Amino acid sequence: MLERLKEFASEFFVTGDPLIYGADVAIGITMITIVAVLTYFKKWGWLWRNWLTTVDHKKIGIMYIIASIIMLFRGGVDALMMRLQLAMPNMDFLHPEHYNQVFTTHGTIMILFMAMPFMFGLFNVIVPLQIGARDVAFPFLNALSFWLFFLGAMLFNLSFVIGGSPDAGWLSYPPLSELSHSPGVGQNFYIWGIQISGIGSLATGINFLVTIIKMRAPGMKWMKMPMFTWSVFSTCIIILFAFPILTVTLALLFLDRFAGAHFFTLDLGGNPMMYINLIWMWGHPEVYIVVLPAFGVFSEIVSTFSRKKLFGYKSMVFAMLIISFLSFFTWAHHFFTMGSGADVNAFFAITTMLIAIPTGVKIFNWLFTMYRGRIRMATPMMWTLAFIPCFIVGGMTGVMLSVAPADFQFHNSYFLIAHFHQVLIGGVVFGYFAGLYYWWPKMFGFQLEEKLGKWAFWTWNIGFYVCFMPQYAVGLMGMTRRLSTYGWDTGWWELNFVSTIGAFLMGVGFLFQVAQIADGIRKYKSLKASADPWDGRTLEWSIPSPAPEYNFAITPRGDDVDEWWEEKERRAKGIYPPEQPLEPIHMPKNSAIPFVMSIFWFIAGFGFVFGWLWMAILGLAGVGICMIARSFSYDTDYYIPVDEIKRTEASLRGSV
Amino acid sequence: MNKKPRSLIRIIIPVVLTLVTIALIVWPMLAGGQYVVLDPKGPIGSSQRDLIVISTILCAVVIVPVLILSAVIVWRYRDKPDNKAAYEPNWAHSTKAEAIWWTVPIIIIGLLAIVTIRYTYDLEPSKPLASEKAPVTIQVSSLDWKWLFMYPEQGIATVNTLNIPADRPVKFELTADSPMNSFWIPQLGGQIYTMSGMAMTLYLQADHEGQYWGSGANFTGEHFAQMRFDVNATSEEDFDKWVNDVKQQSQPLTQETYNTLAEPGTSNVAYYSSFPEGLFQDIVTKYVIDGQGAHSKHGGSADEASGAKESTTQDVDKSAN
Ligand code: HEM
Ligand SMILES: [Cu+2]
Ligand SMILES: [Cu+2]
Repeated sequence: MLERLKEFASEFFVTGDPLIYGADVAIGITMITIVAVLTYFKKWGWLWRNWLTTVDHKKIGIMYIIASIIMLFRGGVDALMMRLQLAMPNMDFLHPEHYNQVFTTHGTIMILFMAMPFMFGLFNVIVPLQIGARDVAFPFLNALSFWLFFLGAMLFNLSFVIGGSPDAGWLSYPPLSELSHSPGVGQNFYIWGIQISGIGSLATGINFLVTIIKMRAPGMKWMKMPMFTWSVFSTCIIILFAFPILTVTLALLFLDRFAGAHFFTLDLGGNPMMYINLIWMWGHPEVYIVVLPAFGVFSEIVSTFSRKKLFGYKSMVFAMLIISFLSFFTWAHHFFTMGSGADVNAFFAITTMLIAIPTGVKIFNWLFTMYRGRIRMATPMMWTLAFIPCFIVGGMTGVMLSVAPADFQFHNSYFLIAHFHQVLIGGVVFGYFAGLYYWWPKMFGFQLEEKLGKWAFWTWNIGFYVCFMPQYAVGLMGMTRRLSTYGWDTGWWELNFVSTIGAFLMGVGFLFQVAQIADGIRKYKSLKASADPWDGRTLEWSIPSPAPEYNFAITPRGDDVDEWWEEKERRAKGIYPPEQPLEPIHMPKNSAIPFVMSIFWFIAGFGFVFGWLWMAILGLAGVGICMIARSFSYDTDYYIPVDEIKRTEASLRGSV
Repeated sequence: MNKKPRSLIRIIIPVVLTLVTIALIVWPMLAGGQYVVLDPKGPIGSSQRDLIVISTILCAVVIVPVLILSAVIVWRYRDKPDNKAAYEPNWAHSTKAEAIWWTVPIIIIGLLAIVTIRYTYDLEPSKPLASEKAPVTIQVSSLDWKWLFMYPEQGIATVNTLNIPADRPVKFELTADSPMNSFWIPQLGGQIYTMSGMAMTLYLQADHEGQYWGSGANFTGEHFAQMRFDVNATSEEDFDKWVNDVKQQSQPLTQETYNTLAEPGTSNVAYYSSFPEGLFQDIVTKYVIDGQGAHSKHGGSADEASGAKESTTQDVDKSAN
């Protein structure tokens, strides 16, 4: 009995690597500390009422962002481990098997569990405030989306210590990801981690589409929407069409692995190339899903910090909508070398290049927003200014990759790695950082001090160029991606060594950010933010920081893109809006169901990962019961009485 | 008086940082290593290098001015109390200006598109190269984690090393007995995927004798990093001599040796004096049921692939005769 238990444990837990034992210990200690702290300070009830069961979009947004920063840390540690392994030829730090796991989890985590939730966090915190709404269209669903994402991400991360990590790349091409070549449970973790959080992503997409379509403040016509809201809208359209493809593709892969189907296997008529087409039909739109909101953030910041209206509003909207449309017609540029013939390659090369046109137009519009403005160098603006040259160069190498016959030389090389990190870090990560700094006071009610933020900015940026510029060069020297090691005879080591230095500089940048936030939390009382610390332009700056739970005591009007700016101008001229009577505000009630239901999804996913049908069925039954429970709960909302609104407003606004 | 030194430091620090960054980036680029993609030794690689240069120039024509413009704008309109530059907070639209920056990218992308289309048809990998000499055929199979090269006309085979005659087209026929890989010899030309159930065609040529770097480019699992090979381009006589040496000095590749070879694992360089008839065709169709190719419909290369299969059988017949 004991023997069997031991045998089971040695297969169940990942063993034999000091790094992993270290992680086990770290995870254990963290868990115990969290539980101890919560118990000691009697915070369990607070945690449950204020966070685990909340349906408030602002809190959900904050939880998304916290989770994504933790994931940025995990993905970043993966990145540093890889860079360490590649710093010198013939390094013996990570075995090939581990290296393969690390780049797979790095890529998957960065895109799906860092970029996506960071983006959803910003959607959640800002979109309702920007359009003058009290919450999103479906607050309950919103909470469910978050918990599905969170538990999906946890399931994926669990593979590090239990069962073993996936190692077939972040897109898991078959037949490598099939049972025939990846017999372990790692691939199942990949599939179920993504599936569970993917349902959440799709639901969020729908939720924000409806929110933007139906819940805009009176007077806010389509062409009066702030640019960030437009970017969310375009992104959600892409999510709506792209995510179902991912769900189906991974479901088919799972059927192959679990039920012996042959959709993508080598044998019995399976077709791996079908998977490659399908996954990129989601995968390419996915990169635009994460970058469009960053464009939205930059638009807001450029205009605010140049104290000037956004240039070419209509062009901006038009450009974004074209990009979302075109993003569905470029997927084959990821496999020009799969022998599809000249017709197909020429078509996809052209569609890819076309995207450069609206993107270029956006850059010009940002530049001309600054032209004849007054540019203030606060941290949000600095990240925006760093983005512009970075994205121009990254965009240029992207166009070079789209030249199909030239891509035969770039494909799968470090040139490609450098390109996509330049647009993902320079575009997406810089964009979300800019957004986080910009909206930080609105989220938390206090300002961060700029000094450490500037240190973080410079180390990140210098680190970025030192890390990734040499990779373009080493790509042209023939170094291919996903290499776990290389020899002295290659001539690649100097470039790799420098690249590693750059990666660690970015790591230092991250530490500066953590220090900046920690420092801010320590001093938050003295750093209290006003309602409008940046002299903003849109409606979120018209209400106190942090926003009260009902957001707007009186529903605002949205007659202009820069409604709050116009309002400030009117007030300066002594024109005040007519006094409006307060009315009781209709609010959704907290619910435990999203949290509980997601736990059941986690259980079901875990069961599927190990092929324990009883557990999967148990989990799914739990999910079903939660759905039924929700259908029969009628007590889901309440009203905030006028008195309470008055009291809150008075305490938040002082005398205004 | 007090202000001056500080503002000087504010200029010096960024300048020093920029210089250090540039130095860090440029130093290794000059040291060691060879820019194989930019130093082609064959017609395909040369055309691709030209195309890379053309597209870089076309892009640079736009982005260099834009980069300069960005720097100028940011500098000129920074928020300084004594900044005398114009400030027009409501100037947010100009049809003329916007027309310009819709048109400029359209023109550049238009030009690039024309160039790209021309080269895409010219450099279609399955298109034979213009040459008086008949191409030599080499059958390439990617295995877990090694490359098997079979020379149907010469009747020999090698693992992880490739010899070709210089100045004569080589017709590679490629497949996989493993997850999809990619066959890449940067100095001769771009890569192409190797896939089970399918015979891809790639024409390359080495104009000069020499040794070139070759590797697998598409990840195939644990020891993917070991999938590299040297390409030795020699004179026609040396090539023939090498073939003879291999024939005389090595063992044959039997079906059993192949089966062992195909098992996951790495391998040293190896030479075989012969290989089983039709082995390449067997590898291509290993998992295919009843001739219903898993990828029999595959864009433009479907006919190419089946054409390749026919010629393969012929070639094998020839060498058997
Ligand atoms: C913080 C700095 C970062 C560093 C130093 C870094 C480094 C790396 C390295 C060394 C690889 C593996 C290359 C290979 O072996 O083929 C890689 C792959 C990858 N990275 Fe990053 N990375 C960073 C940030 C990011 C971010 C922010 C994202 C996405 C938002 C990202 C997305 C990816 C993806 C998708 C892959 C491909 C994984 C695969 O091949 O399956 N990385 N990165
Ligand atoms: Cu793409
Ligand atoms: Cu194929």
